[in-house]
Amino acid sequence: MNWLLAVIQIILFISLAPLLAGWLKWCKCYLQNRKAPSLLQPYRDLLKLTHKQPVVAEQASWIFTISPYIIFSATVLAATVVPLIAVDLPTSASADVIVMVGFFAFARFFLALAGLDIGTAFGGMGSSREMTISSLAEPAMLMAVFTLSIAASTTNLSVAISHVLDQGLVLRPSFAFALFALILVAIAETGRVPVDNPVTHLELTMIHEAMILEYSGRHLALIEWASQLKLMLYGVLIANIFFPWGIARSFAAEALAYGLLAIVCKLALLAVLLALSETLLAKMRLFRVPEYLSFAYLLGLLGLLSHIILEAAR
Amino acid sequence: MIAAYLVLLIPLFGIVFFAVTGHKKDTGKLNIQLNAISLLATIWLAINVLNKGTIISPDQAFLIDPFNVYLIVLTAFVGLTTSIFSAPYMAHEKDIGKLNDKRLKLYHSMYQGFMLAMYLVLTTNNMGIMWVAMEGATLATVLLVSLYRTPESIEAAWKYFILCGVGIAQALFGTILLYYAAAQIGNSDNALLWSVLYANADKLNPDILEIAFVFLLIGYGTKIGLVPLHNWLPDAHSEGPTPMSAVLSGLLLNDALYAVVRNKMLVDGATHSNMAGYLMMGFGMLSFLVAVLFLHRQKDIKRLFSYSSIEHMGMMTFAFGMGGPLATFAALLHMTVHSLTKSAIFVTVGYAAQLAGTQRMSKIRGLIKTQPKIGWGLLIGTIAIAGFPPFGVFTSEFLVLLATMHSYPWLTLPLLLGIGIAFAGLFRHIQPMVYGEKPEGQRPIKANLWPVMIHLAWVLWLGLSIPDFLANWFSQATLLISGSTPL
Amino acid sequence: MNIEQQDFYTQAILSMAALIGLSSFLMLGQGRLLRMIFVFAWQGLLLTLTTTLVAYSQDNPHLYISAVLTLVLKVIFIPWMLRREVIKMNSHRDIEALSNKVSLMLGGAGLMVFSYYVLHPIVQTSSPVMLNALAVSLSVVLLGMLLMITHRQAVAHVVGFMSIENGLFFAAIVATNGMPMVVELGVAFDVLVAAVLFGIFFFHIRTSIDSLNVDLLNRLNEVDDQNTEQNSPLSSLSSENRAQQ
Repeated sequence: MNWLLAVIQIILFISLAPLLAGWLKWCKCYLQNRKAPSLLQPYRDLLKLTHKQPVVAEQASWIFTISPYIIFSATVLAATVVPLIAVDLPTSASADVIVMVGFFAFARFFLALAGLDIGTAFGGMGSSREMTISSLAEPAMLMAVFTLSIAASTTNLSVAISHVLDQGLVLRPSFAFALFALILVAIAETGRVPVDNPVTHLELTMIHEAMILEYSGRHLALIEWASQLKLMLYGVLIANIFFPWGIARSFAAEALAYGLLAIVCKLALLAVLLALSETLLAKMRLFRVPEYLSFAYLLGLLGLLSHIILEAAR
Repeated sequence: MIAAYLVLLIPLFGIVFFAVTGHKKDTGKLNIQLNAISLLATIWLAINVLNKGTIISPDQAFLIDPFNVYLIVLTAFVGLTTSIFSAPYMAHEKDIGKLNDKRLKLYHSMYQGFMLAMYLVLTTNNMGIMWVAMEGATLATVLLVSLYRTPESIEAAWKYFILCGVGIAQALFGTILLYYAAAQIGNSDNALLWSVLYANADKLNPDILEIAFVFLLIGYGTKIGLVPLHNWLPDAHSEGPTPMSAVLSGLLLNDALYAVVRNKMLVDGATHSNMAGYLMMGFGMLSFLVAVLFLHRQKDIKRLFSYSSIEHMGMMTFAFGMGGPLATFAALLHMTVHSLTKSAIFVTVGYAAQLAGTQRMSKIRGLIKTQPKIGWGLLIGTIAIAGFPPFGVFTSEFLVLLATMHSYPWLTLPLLLGIGIAFAGLFRHIQPMVYGEKPEGQRPIKANLWPVMIHLAWVLWLGLSIPDFLANWFSQATLLISGSTPL
Repeated sequence: MNIEQQDFYTQAILSMAALIGLSSFLMLGQGRLLRMIFVFAWQGLLLTLTTTLVAYSQDNPHLYISAVLTLVLKVIFIPWMLRREVIKMNSHRDIEALSNKVSLMLGGAGLMVFSYYVLHPIVQTSSPVMLNALAVSLSVVLLGMLLMITHRQAVAHVVGFMSIENGLFFAAIVATNGMPMVVELGVAFDVLVAAVLFGIFFFHIRTSIDSLNVDLLNRLNEVDDQNTEQNSPLSSLSSENRAQQ
């Protein structure tokens, strides 16, 4: 029974990700006074891409063709670790947050390799930028989740979330810091404004897009899906770690439905906030991204410090 | 008690009065008269305290005991003589157009404001108010340092403001910690009253008090001029008008040291290690040695004597840190004679600079030939401050050395060395100024050297034979601070 | 005692403490003066909220007055005055080129750890988690000093100075439920006078060196070679002296 639920959760993850992307686009269009495409448009785009034949360069090695599958699979595996509608699922119990970060790193590694593989200038440039950003973003992210881990005395996400739920509403300074840190890191890792513009194809500004410039057809579909899934993952992390109320703690159908509703609402709200920030903020210049990320790291560090100084027993 | 209130009310009246009328011709004279009345009030207060012992006001806001009463009289005295000097000096400055009406008003009202702040620091029983008055003294004098509005004086005033402001903020943190320690043992209403704290000192938490003392020492030590927090002192004392230099050197440094010693008395009562004393000794010795070395490098005469102030304050801090009746007596005597001598020197220096038209020592020459009074005044003042017998500074330095030899014999060597280096430094600069060739066109100026002569006469008297009532005073204060008398 | 075991007010006050510390960090990294002043105003607002919270939970009506004083001084008056100065000097278009923002921020975190270390003995001996906020207040003081050291604009110095006062005020509120009223009023008065004097100073500095960059205030130093006496306040006296002959 539990395993079935776990599989259902993964399927929900995979299938809701394009919907989230569609909703995000809808909000941005609304803010920018444009007419938005339908909410289901990302599904149609993915379908269209899968029907097309991928065009692969002659110099491409096996890495180029394998990477989309690896990236997608790694992201899905990362999704199994994160509780979406229920805690205590067997998949979340089997791996902790460090494994999740590891999966992300694995996917990113292959993405960067794929960008380098063909040998175009854009690909290499994108890969090097991505690696710079992620080398700074990972410590910041780990700091932020460590704050949660120390508070809950475990790195396992479901146990940590249950622990937080058990204590009721507690105002923790460390969580405030960790929340901000995680938000900043999420923006950097998922490649949104102000770190990277997801719709640009200008050499000066693209990072993620530069790495996947050569992809087409079903490869591109997989990669796009993976990045939508990543965005949803980070959203779920933020929503469920810091505002876990609503998540199902038992496997009753009611609780699960309620959990689904809760997470959908939280993600929708987060998407609105993201759309607002994307519209209001300008993209940062690339050399300022390390400052931004070290600020995120600092926030994570402050969260840890405030936990030790202000909250913990001695 | 009325005397105490009077002492505080007179400068308060002065602030308001001079803010309005400070530009008139006879303001200088009125300033002198006001200060004279203050002096009389303080002498009255002193007689009261000598006869009746420590006075605490009914609402416990003010405390006058033998330690601060003589400082109060000293403050009033130096304030009076400096105002006697300042009256013609400032009138002259106005005549030659260096100052206008508005600035004169500011000067005179802030002079009284500074006096009020000094009296408040000395008479208050509440450690928080002591802090407020210290900060108030800084604020009152900051604008006076930049009175001439030259780029250097503005820079000096800015440095003074920022450094002293930040320093004093540390002292506030120390006061907060003190309050916290006091509130823990009971009454939070009286928790900042020195008399209550002193009576209950052994109940206070020693760890908190040790940390608090560090902050207090750093904070008030900035105002004393302890190295390495002294950087504002040479600039502020040299760029302001001369009467300002005289009162800053003579009075403000003393009051800051007074604040530190009051806090040390509390800390010593609570902790039973000598940590406060060692800290003060360390900082005092460091200031002393650094200042005597810096003396040699100076090119501006007022900066030279500012470093001499730092040196002497360092020695006083060292002596208070050592504790024990002999060192404490010596330090109290030193506070008095240093104050008198330094203000006299600054007055003379002001005239010398006016005579030569510059404060650069390389350009001041032939003072004795041009105007013997100024030349001799400077020479004798320097002799006095360098520690020659029979002046009072010799007596106090001798007593400090005696106490050091008794308790920490190996520290006598740096002290002696330092005194020698200071002597060399001072005279190396003063000699050519006083005896050199008189430059072309240098004419004598109108100078009233009575304040200088009175101060130096006092210092001489204190060196030759301390009058009974003063010795009594000092020994009562020593008794209060260190628990036994030297006599 | 863990934070979950504290009552709601303590939790809220500790969260405010963390946010006040965060605002100090935010000020550290700002290159633009107007934003720095804005963050400073926020810090003052947080302080006011904390004071009100403590006043309410400890039932201490004096603190309401302190809260109002803080609001008027630190949230309204001082930021307004500084803003006016900055716009008058046109320095809102300048960016302070801080070359080492990252190391600055990490240094700030180091200062926070240091202040906790300094106050550790106190925290051990006494009581609730509340007093750990003392560590935050000391770190706000130290971060204010770091701000003053690393910025060159005089306005940044004033912001740093005032944030030191903020930290001290926070310490007083948290550790002792406010100092006696007389002292509070005295301190507020001092801060007010200091602010006014700073305003006057900006005017003087601007008039004398035509900028508010304190690196240019460098005539007085120990080396002292280039300090010619044309700038001495008494130089005109010499010409007067000679002219009278």
